[in-house]
Amino acid sequence: MTLQAVVNNVAPMAASKDVVVDIQKMSLTFQTADGPVYALSEVDLTINRGEFVSFIGPSGCGKTTLLRVIADLERATGGDMLVNGVSPRQAREERAYGYVFQAPALLPWRSIERNVTLPLEIMEIPREERIKRAHEALKLVELNGFEKKFPWQLSGGMQQRASIARALSFDADLLLMDEPFGALDEIVRDHLNEQLLKLWARTNKTVAFVTHSIPEAVFLSSKIVVMSPRPGRIIDVIETDFAKDRTLDVRETPEFLEVAHRVREGLRAGHSYDD
Amino acid sequence: MTTDAATLPTATAGPSLWGRMMKGQTGPVCVMLIGLFVLWYVGAVFLNLPGQIDRNARAKLDWTVPQLVEATLSQERPVLPAPHQVAAEMYKTIFATKITSKRSLVYHTWVTLSSTLLGFGLGTVLGIVLAVGIVHVLTLEKSLMPWVISSQTIPILAIAPMIIVVLGAIGLKGLIPKAMISTYLCFFPVTIGMVKGLRSPDHIQLDLMRTYNASRWQTFLALRWPSAMPFLFASLKVAIAISLVGAIVGELPTGAQSGLGARLLAGSYYGQTVQIWAALLTAAFVAAMMVVIVGFFEKRVLERMGARA
Repeated sequence: MTLQAVVNNVAPMAASKDVVVDIQKMSLTFQTADGPVYALSEVDLTINRGEFVSFIGPSGCGKTTLLRVIADLERATGGDMLVNGVSPRQAREERAYGYVFQAPALLPWRSIERNVTLPLEIMEIPREERIKRAHEALKLVELNGFEKKFPWQLSGGMQQRASIARALSFDADLLLMDEPFGALDEIVRDHLNEQLLKLWARTNKTVAFVTHSIPEAVFLSSKIVVMSPRPGRIIDVIETDFAKDRTLDVRETPEFLEVAHRVREGLRAGHSYDD
Repeated sequence: MTTDAATLPTATAGPSLWGRMMKGQTGPVCVMLIGLFVLWYVGAVFLNLPGQIDRNARAKLDWTVPQLVEATLSQERPVLPAPHQVAAEMYKTIFATKITSKRSLVYHTWVTLSSTLLGFGLGTVLGIVLAVGIVHVLTLEKSLMPWVISSQTIPILAIAPMIIVVLGAIGLKGLIPKAMISTYLCFFPVTIGMVKGLRSPDHIQLDLMRTYNASRWQTFLALRWPSAMPFLFASLKVAIAISLVGAIVGELPTGAQSGLGARLLAGSYYGQTVQIWAALLTAAFVAAMMVVIVGFFEKRVLERMGARA
């Protein structure tokens, strides 16, 4: 522990060059009126640079909570963790990650362009640079031409793409996504999955992605983390090696089905319903 | 032309004028207005009738029913003046009198309006400042909110003379004390509305600002303030109307020489009911106009904020 701290102080970058998120025996307990709720229990996880990691599990398994802890939107009550070699709080203060929520959370009074420039305004980047970067980010999600529209003029899928552009606009290396496509229909979702995969292949970002869809998790990820509820814990970590330029067709291959089967087995094993 | 053809609507003729009027708002509004006037006239006749009969009896006059009704609608000091009497009085004191004259209703309206607007401005600023404090500082939320609410439980008629007297003792007379009473009334809806408005952003939006490591000030400017705009305008509409009430009430206890309140007071001293009603209707009209103006700004601002047409 002390040694680890010393190493990190001396050369934080050297110690964590390829490790973006390092979690050891992390726990989180919510104190509620009905007694403590063990949201996360003894979680160990490493996310390396450039990985696409999916968290999958039934509701209540703590997958969103885990993402929120990485983002410093919740604080762990036990264990150690480092994001980019520093504490989650420092990482947040250094704007180390872009976060995409379940809902687009666009500000309805701002045009799409001004929604995408919002983080850049807060980071006090000059106006011209802001607009340039917003256009680049909107191009990445294929929303160029919609800069002056207001959120209500866009479909749900387009709104969520705008919110991804917003998370990309300040070019953080880590992208945290909390069921970003959960509210969309399957066709739009397939399309966005393909786009996201291309984006990941092109930008080489590290992505942590929460989902409860097995095909989505298997299709997108280079590493699948299967979680189970009560208490929230990791029960399996599956590495995949599909080509980076895979298309939706990969879902028909035996390799894909094999991985999907293993994920399903894991979910079933962790299931604690009495039925 | 056969009878069959006559009953069919022709292609060129649209719906009747009446039909078109009743489809929009014009028709229903007109019907309501006419109904109101009829009710007012009937009320005026009935309320003024006993007095008129009494007077006729004392003057030993013979009368027919039409004569009596006509007399009830043209008394000099009726219990309830008829609409045309009020209209005539308003025309006389608004258009037919020089606006610098003390008999001009425009002059009195301006006196009241100036303290209304000053009080409204101060009240809005005070209301917003209090709301910002309450939303951002826990101590203020706990300590200030009960005072804000209890301030409005004191009848304004009870506290208005105190404010006038206290401010008069430190040398403030005329416009300022009246404006203070308006401020006292109108900061309240602004505070309540803005506290609600500044707290209206979703958790998810606040979390978003947190992921950017936005300061409180940045979160306020980029998220809380714009979110509060619809709430602010709703509050301002209430505030500007009660601000006028405050200014009028402020004129009553001091025996002010000018202003709509002074007109009301003078009217009631001398039983000039027509004058009272003229002042009342003018006040109502001014209040309505101010609400319309606030509504205009509301529309403009919300349009610029991308509101759906």
